[in-house]
Amino acid sequence: MTVMEILEWAAVLLVLFGSIISVISAFGLIKLPDVYTRSHAATKSSTLAVLACLLGAFIYFWSHDGYVSIRLILGIIFVFITAPVAGHLICRAAYRSRVPLARNSGEDELKPLLFDGDIATSTVAAITNEDTEKDDK
Amino acid sequence: MKEMILLLALTFFMIAIALLLYRVIVGPSMPDRAIALDTIGVNLISAIAIVSIVLSTKAFLEAILILGILAFIGTIAFSKYIERGVIVDRNGDS
Repeated sequence: MTVMEILEWAAVLLVLFGSIISVISAFGLIKLPDVYTRSHAATKSSTLAVLACLLGAFIYFWSHDGYVSIRLILGIIFVFITAPVAGHLICRAAYRSRVPLARNSGEDELKPLLFDGDIATSTVAAITNEDTEKDDK
Repeated sequence: MKEMILLLALTFFMIAIALLLYRVIVGPSMPDRAIALDTIGVNLISAIAIVSIVLSTKAFLEAILILGILAFIGTIAFSKYIERGVIVDRNGDS
């Protein structure tokens, strides 16, 4: 085996690793209880999967064709920067639009700072909690 | 052998997209659907990279960049709509 073949095999195995991580992330998105825990599965592990896959593609083109693709590097940097920003914005929008936490989660320290003295908040939360309990039964 | 492994990885990504589609359809709140759509876009990027390796062409690499930008802007628009109720607010004092 020459060095180029070893590099190609490394690229292919990196792509396979990324795909397995992606399936694990999708299972987390199915199984976890509420939005805030699901966003962990959606942003962190999915970003790792995409970075591994794009890095594998970059190494494959580099070793197989001798072609250094600037566009793949730009795609890696762009995904690496924007995926945490998108996850943070969605979580912020979810909290401010009063999506309830899971029932077995701990103390909510942000709630008295954001929604204190807001009567509609407590009633909305109570109604949504009742709805989820009905769904659970 | 390499091509078999690449097609297996492509199958894994398609399984992941199908599972995420369940969350898009069922998801109890709107931010769930937005998160799942963002993750579908990110998985499509890597699926395009694998297809570009299998077909041994470099023509799809622009599509990776453009799909990344479109998924990010779509997620920003969804989150702003969920939080404020509008996407473009005319009076910029908020």
